[in-house]
Amino acid sequence: MNIKHSTYHRALEITENICIGCSHCIKVCPTEALRVFGGKAGIHADWCIDCGECYRVCPTRAIRVMDDDFNKIFDYKHRVLLVPSVFFAQFSESVPRESIYNIIGELGFTEVCAVEQSVDSLIDEINEYVKIEEKPVISSFCPAVIRLIQVRFPSLVDHIMKLLPPIEITAQYYKKRFERDGISDNDYGIFYLTPCIGKIAAVKSPVGGYTSPIHGVLNMDYFYNKVYLAYKQRIPITKTIIINSELSSKGVLFPTTGGESSHIKGKTLAIDGMKNVIDFLEMLENEEIKNVDFLEIRACDESCAGGILSHRNRFLTADSLRSIASKIPDTHNLVDKYKNYCSAVVHMDKIEPRSMVKYDRDIEIAIKKMENARELKLMFPGIDCGACGAPSCEALAEDVVRGQADINACIFLRTIFEKRGEITIKEAIKIMEEIWGKERFDKND
Amino acid sequence: MHFEYKVEGGDFTLAGYASSQIKKTLKQLGVDPAVIKRVVVALYEAEVNIVAHAYRGVINADIQPGGITLILVDEGPGIPDVEMAMKKGFSTASPQVREMGFGAGMGLPNISENADSLSIETEVGSGTTLTIVINFK
Repeated sequence: MNIKHSTYHRALEITENICIGCSHCIKVCPTEALRVFGGKAGIHADWCIDCGECYRVCPTRAIRVMDDDFNKIFDYKHRVLLVPSVFFAQFSESVPRESIYNIIGELGFTEVCAVEQSVDSLIDEINEYVKIEEKPVISSFCPAVIRLIQVRFPSLVDHIMKLLPPIEITAQYYKKRFERDGISDNDYGIFYLTPCIGKIAAVKSPVGGYTSPIHGVLNMDYFYNKVYLAYKQRIPITKTIIINSELSSKGVLFPTTGGESSHIKGKTLAIDGMKNVIDFLEMLENEEIKNVDFLEIRACDESCAGGILSHRNRFLTADSLRSIASKIPDTHNLVDKYKNYCSAVVHMDKIEPRSMVKYDRDIEIAIKKMENARELKLMFPGIDCGACGAPSCEALAEDVVRGQADINACIFLRTIFEKRGEITIKEAIKIMEEIWGKERFDKND
Repeated sequence: MHFEYKVEGGDFTLAGYASSQIKKTLKQLGVDPAVIKRVVVALYEAEVNIVAHAYRGVINADIQPGGITLILVDEGPGIPDVEMAMKKGFSTASPQVREMGFGAGMGLPNISENADSLSIETEVGSGTTLTIVINFK
């Protein structure tokens, strides 16, 4: 196979010397963007939606998150960390919140802010939006869902809400505050602690004609370990940190399943988990879903509590969030301030579909290639074993007609060809080594 | 390129299979999403019509560079008054079918609205053949 062995992508990449070519990732990719060749996994960058399903199943941590280097924060005099509520739910309740803030300060941040501070105003904006726009409105909260729709459900892009997610509104709020206080652009850095890969892509290459004011994105899993280690080692606290922890119970629960839809008027549904999301979007595209006003759709099971950079069990994390929310009021001190400026910054442009050219841009050629692929598929065994390096017989058939794989990659056909004397055992083994890497079969010593 | 799907009367669980498959194919061919939507809506309605009213049927889809032709042949009661059936809101669906969210009397009108051409041949007591043509451009 000769797909460009692309190891680059906006939010994740495969570290070749760690990848063992186990093929677990190729089976879980919702856009079938992964293949194994030369004993390593490769990503079809145009098809990747940054959902991180591959990261979740990788047994060797070969899939690297393209987060920013922590030391980048020291390029700025004022260093702000936007912390999502799900971060605090990573810790057991015995770890005092104050200790966590102090450690964040000690690690180098001068200021910490709650990401979901903007949620209360955003909910009002969404309710206004849903009143006038075409139904059902699909939430713009989950970046992996937006990208999934762009690539696999292009006819639904117009349903995606053209309002920014909470993280961007909060980031804009702090940017404005620095500007108001006369602090120069070069002096402040806004960093976001992310519970998922999708949000890295969302900040680095946003949709809807928008540029994010966020300077860097930090990996929550990495940062949790850093903070927890400092806590365990009881590092001395020598620095002070400004804490903007204003948050309502709505804000805390917003990243959990139902945390958004429950505040929207009309008939709403909350759907989580990649498989459920795909099934539902298929139905929506077929116009089988009627009379729904608003859809909260999240790629991860249990939403952000199940984010791929959330180290703790998703149900325990969600439970912690509910517990935190139950102890605080449903409004906070900054709500009015956010309201005053939210409607000015919250809107974004229309989201464009991202076409996934399977065969050819010319429909005549595409039909011919697809007919060939259908014939090929009938020749393959149909058990989707993955021994060819592609996720399914259908995917291999498509790769063959695109000229990106050989029919001999199928181990079943290869055996038949061998029996017929059309290829030698030596050739068959060479093909196997080309797909799975030569070293894999050197087990004699 | 030719596809064939069988449809069983009364099996609402599987209604929509053919339209889902055709949708997947058209997406892979890079057909304009707005056109795909019309095809899916028309075919889904026609598929549900067979499930709700006929005993069984066969869907033939022929995809050419210029467009798609869908021929749905069913064995069923036929349509006694086609003109009436083409009216919005007119329905002969049973209460059970209506309870499942079908039978609002939008089937044929909806197909017609989404198709570039629709022809209906029907014989009472024997069955109905629908020919739907939708152009890609």
